[in-house]
Amino acid sequence: MIAAHLPILQVVVPLIAAPLSVFCRRGSTAWALTFGVSIAALAISMALLGQVLDRGTLSYELGDWAAPWGIEYRVDAANALVLLIISGISTVVLPYARVSIAHEIEPHNQTLFYTCYLLCLTGLLGMVITGDAFNAFVFLEISSLSTYVLVAMGAKRDRRALTAAYTYLVMGTIGATFFVIGVGLLYMMTGTLNMADLAERIPAIGANRTLVVAFAFIVTGLGLKLALFPMHLWLPNAYAFAPSAVTVFLAATATKAAVYLLLRFLFTIFGTTFPTFEPTLTYLLLPLAVIAMFAASTVAIFQVDIKRMLAYSSIAQLGYMVLGMSFATVTGLTSTILHLFNHALMKGALFMALGAVVMRFGDATIDTMRGLGRVMPWTMAAFVAGGLSLIGMPLTVGFISKWYLVAAALESGLWPIAVLVVASSLLAVIYIWRVVEAAYFDDPPEGVTAGEAPPALLIPTWTLIGANIYFGIDASLTTRVAGEAARVLLGTAS
Amino acid sequence: MTATAALALSLLIPSVGAVLIALTGRHPNLRETVTLTTAVLLFADVVWLLSMATGGGPAPALMIGEIMPGLSLALKIEPLGMMFGMIASGLWMVNSIYSIGYMRANSEHKQTRFYVCFAIAIASAIGVAFAANMFTLFIFYEVLTISTYPLVAHKETPEARQGGRTYLGVLIGTSIGLQLVAIIWTWVATGTLDFTKGGIISGKVAEALVPVLLALYVFGIGKAALMPFHRWLPAAMVAPTPVSALLHAVAVVKAGVFTVMKVMIYIFGIDFLAATGASTWLIWVAAATLLAASIIAMTKDNLKARLAYSTVSQLAYVTLGGALATSMGVLGGSMHIAMHAMGKITLFFCAGAIYTVTHKTEISDMDGLGRLMPFTYGAFLIGALSVIGLPPMGGSWSKWYLMLGAADAGQLVIIGVLMLSSLLNVAYLLPIVGRGFFATPPDAAGHGVPQAQAVGAAAAPGRFLSGIREAPVFCVVPLCLTAAGCFVLFIYGDALYRLLEPMVGR
Amino acid sequence: MGVDDILGLFNYWMVIVLMMIGLYTVVSRGNLVKKIVGLNIFQTSVFLLYISMGKVTGGTAPILTGKPEVYSNPLPHVLILTAIVVGVATTALGLALVVRIKNAYDTIEEDEIQAADDEKEFGDAAAAEDGRR
Repeated sequence: MIAAHLPILQVVVPLIAAPLSVFCRRGSTAWALTFGVSIAALAISMALLGQVLDRGTLSYELGDWAAPWGIEYRVDAANALVLLIISGISTVVLPYARVSIAHEIEPHNQTLFYTCYLLCLTGLLGMVITGDAFNAFVFLEISSLSTYVLVAMGAKRDRRALTAAYTYLVMGTIGATFFVIGVGLLYMMTGTLNMADLAERIPAIGANRTLVVAFAFIVTGLGLKLALFPMHLWLPNAYAFAPSAVTVFLAATATKAAVYLLLRFLFTIFGTTFPTFEPTLTYLLLPLAVIAMFAASTVAIFQVDIKRMLAYSSIAQLGYMVLGMSFATVTGLTSTILHLFNHALMKGALFMALGAVVMRFGDATIDTMRGLGRVMPWTMAAFVAGGLSLIGMPLTVGFISKWYLVAAALESGLWPIAVLVVASSLLAVIYIWRVVEAAYFDDPPEGVTAGEAPPALLIPTWTLIGANIYFGIDASLTTRVAGEAARVLLGTAS
Repeated sequence: MTATAALALSLLIPSVGAVLIALTGRHPNLRETVTLTTAVLLFADVVWLLSMATGGGPAPALMIGEIMPGLSLALKIEPLGMMFGMIASGLWMVNSIYSIGYMRANSEHKQTRFYVCFAIAIASAIGVAFAANMFTLFIFYEVLTISTYPLVAHKETPEARQGGRTYLGVLIGTSIGLQLVAIIWTWVATGTLDFTKGGIISGKVAEALVPVLLALYVFGIGKAALMPFHRWLPAAMVAPTPVSALLHAVAVVKAGVFTVMKVMIYIFGIDFLAATGASTWLIWVAAATLLAASIIAMTKDNLKARLAYSTVSQLAYVTLGGALATSMGVLGGSMHIAMHAMGKITLFFCAGAIYTVTHKTEISDMDGLGRLMPFTYGAFLIGALSVIGLPPMGGSWSKWYLMLGAADAGQLVIIGVLMLSSLLNVAYLLPIVGRGFFATPPDAAGHGVPQAQAVGAAAAPGRFLSGIREAPVFCVVPLCLTAAGCFVLFIYGDALYRLLEPMVGR
Repeated sequence: MGVDDILGLFNYWMVIVLMMIGLYTVVSRGNLVKKIVGLNIFQTSVFLLYISMGKVTGGTAPILTGKPEVYSNPLPHVLILTAIVVGVATTALGLALVVRIKNAYDTIEEDEIQAADDEKEFGDAAAAEDGRR
C-alpha cells in the first residue's frame, strides 16, 4: 500500500518535519529528527530506484487529480538517480554536520539551521521528482530560499557569508524568475504545465517565436541556477563562506538538481527536434562548457582559500556535465548523469576534508595546509584520495566519468573536444598538487601539534572516499542506471 | 586453477607485503625481513608461473572484475609480459638487498614510506606485465606513477620537489592527455581493448589516422621517455639511488617501453604496421632520440645524470625495435628490455655504492676510485659492456637482433645509426671506468686538483689510498650479482629468444 | 509594426518595461535595499505577465453556474498567488540579510562593503606574507 505512495512521501516527509523541527528546543534533538528524516528519504529513494529499474517509469497523481490537470509526480531512471544522490549525500552529511555545525553556528540558531536544512532537502527532492513545470519552480524557490539562509549562517566564522548569501539571493531570484517566465510562456502556448503533456504539445506547435523565447528564458534561468559559466559568479563565495556542512551538501546536490532540470527541459520537454535545440547545444552550451572547464580551473590554481579553489573547480566540473549533454547522444548523456553522481561523491569528500581543517584552524588557506600531512594524517589522506578522484585517476569514480565523456566526444567525432577535456583535467592536477605539496613537504608552522579531526567528521569523509573507490572499481551499477537514464531522456528507452 | 592462483598471488604478495611493511615500520629489522621475504616469495611465484606458461596448455588467465560494461580488470600471461614480470620481480629481490645497505649506510629518513611505496610500485609493475587488456594495463600504469612519486621526491628538498613535479607532470600529463585519449579512441573504434595477437586496429580505424593513433600511444606512454617527453627521467634522478636503479632502469621505464611493445604487437599488430607503414615516422623519431640522448649523456658530468640520458637513449632502442615492425626488430627490442635492465641496474648500483663510500656524484671527481673499489668498478665495466652491446655480455644479443630487424625492414641507415650509437656508448661509459682505474687520484699527484674537488668529499681523500674501501656488503653483493647476470643473459640469450618467439610466431 | 502590435499587446509592453526597470535597478544600484526593490519590480512584471495572460475579453470569474459562460482562465492567477508568496519571502529574506550586513559592516553600500572586504583580505594576505618570511 505504502509502496504506491512513495513518490509523494519522498517530498512530504521532510516537508512535514521542517515545521516540527522548529519545536525542538535543542539543536541535537532537531538534528536527530533531521537525520531520521534523511534516512527515511534515502530509503524511499532507494525503493523508488528499485521500482523504476524493475517496472519502468512511475507516475503519481497528487490528490488523485488526473494529469495533466492535477500535479503529477513522475519518476524515471533519470530523476530516481538524482533523488538517490540528494538523499544519500544528505544522510552522509548529517552525522558530519552534527559536530561541525555545533562548532560553527551559535547554539540558539542550531534548531533553525536544521529547519532550513529540511526545507532545502524538500525543495531539492521536490524539484527533481515533480512532473509539473510550475511545481518545479515552487520547489526550486523553496530550496533556494532555504539555501540563502544556510549560506548566511556562515557569518559567525566570516561576515562575508552575509554578502555571499545576498549576492546569491539576487542572482538566484533572477534565475528562478527567468525560469518562471519561460514556464509562463510555455503555458501561454500550450495550455498545460504537465511535463509529459508539454513534451507532446510542443512538437505539435513546431517553430514558434513564443516557444523559442520560452526556451531561451528557461535555459538562461537554469544556467544561472547551475552556475554555468559565465553565470557562476554567485557560487565561489557562497561555497567558500557557508558553514562546512552546508558547502558539502550544496556542492554535492544543489547544482546537480539544476542540471537535472535543464536536462529534463532540454531533452524531455523541448526535445531534440525543437528548432533551437541543436544550435543552442552546439553553439552555446558546448563552447561555454569548454570555456568553463579551462577558465574556472585556471582561476582555481591561483586561489589562496582552498575552499574557494574547490568552488571554482566545481564550476569547471559543471562544465563537464554540460559538455556531456551538449553532445545529445546516449553516451554523452550517460557521462553527464554519471558525473552528476560521481562529482557529488568526490566534491563531497573533498569539502568534508576541508571542513575538518576549518574546524581545527578556523580557515583553509594554502598557508593553513602547510604540514597538515603530519598534523592531520587521516584528513589529508582523504583529501589526496578525493583529489586523485577529481583528477580522474583510474580506480576512482573520476576516471569513469572522464572515460565516458571522452568516449562520447570521440563517438560524436569531436576529437578536439576530447583533447580539451583531458587537457583541462591536467589543470586539476596542478591545483590539487599545490595543496598536496604544501601538506606533505612543508613543515607545519611552529606550535601546531598533531591532532586529528574527531571521528564524527572522519567517518563520513571516509565513507565518501570509500564510495569514490568502490564505484570507481565496480561501476556496473552506476553506468547501468546512467545509461538507462540517458535513454529515457532521449526517448530511446526500450 | 593453480595457474589462476599463481597469477592472483603475484599481485597479492607485494600488496600484502606493503601492508605488513607499513605495520612493522617501528622495527627496522623486522620490516626489512618482511621486504626480503616478500621479494623472494614474489620471485618464486613468478618462476612458478613461468614454468606453467612454458609447460604448454592454455595461457594462465585471471579475471578480477568488470569495472565498466565490457571493460574488465583481467590478467593473462603472454611471453613478453612473462619476461617483464621475471625481470621486475627478480631485480626487486636483488634491489631489496641493495636498498637495505644503501638506506642504512646513508641514514635516509622515512624508510618505512620508502619500502611501502616500493612494494606498491612492484605490485603495479607486475600488474602492467600481466595485464590482459589495455584498460588493465593503463590502470596499473597510473598506479605505478602515483606510487613512485613519493620515492622520487623522497628527500623533500626543493630540488627533490621540483624533480617530483616534473616527474608527475610529464608522466600524468602524457598518460592522461594523450594515452587515455588513444585508449578511448581504440575502444570507441573497435569495441575491445583485449590484447590480441595480430592486433585489433586493422580495418577499424581509417588508414590515414593510424599514425596519429600510434603517436598518441607512443608519446602518451611517457614512461618510454621518447623525446620530447624524456625530461622526467633525468629529473627523477634526485631520488635515492636504489629508486633510480630499480625504478628508472627497470620497473618504470621498462613498463613504458614494455607498454609500447604491447601496443605495437597486440593493439596494432606488427603485420598491420608493416603493411601500412604507419610506424615509419616513429623509426626516425626513435633514432633521433637515441642519438641525441647519447650526445647529451656525453656532456653530463654528474654520474646519475649521464646514466639517465643513457637510459633515454637505450629506451629508444626498444621503441625503434617495435617501430621497425619486423619479427627480428620486435624480438630484438623486447630482448633489449631484459638486457638493458640488467646492465643499467648494475651501473646504478655502482653509482650508489660510490656515493655511499665517497659521497661523490660528479664523474670528474672520481679519478682513481677504481683502485679503492675494485668490485664496484669491475661490475661497472661489465654493466657498461653489456649496455654497449659487446660480447660476452647480454646486450650484444639484443643489438644483434635489432640490426637484423633493421636489415629486414630495409632501413640501412638505421644500421648505421645503431653502430654510431654503440660508439657513443663507448665514449660516455668507458671513460668512467678508465678514470677509475688509470687516472691518478688528485691528492696523490699533488697537483692538477680541479677546484670542484676541494669540497664535497666525506672524508679526506688520503685515507682512501690505504687499500680497498668498498661499500657495505649489502651494496656490493647485489651489484656483483647483477653483473654476473649480464653474463648469464649472454649464455642464455637463446632461451630468452625462444621464450619470446611465440609472440611474433605465425 | 502596426498600432495593433502596440496597443493590442499593451500588457506585454508594460511587462517588458517593468522587467527592464527592475533588472536595471538591480544591476545599477549600489545600495542593497534598492537592489531588493529592483528585484521586486522585476518579479512584479512576471506576475503581471501571468495574470494578463489568463484574462479572456468579456470573461467573468470562473464560477460555474450551469450555463455556458465565457470566463477567465483561473489557473495563472492561482499560480501567481504562489509566486507572490515566493516573492514576499524573497524580499523578507533579502531585507533580513541587509539588516545583518548593516550590523556587520556598518554600511549597506556595495562599494564600501567591497572596500572593507578587500582591506581585510589583502591585509590578511600581507600579514600572511610577513609570517612566511
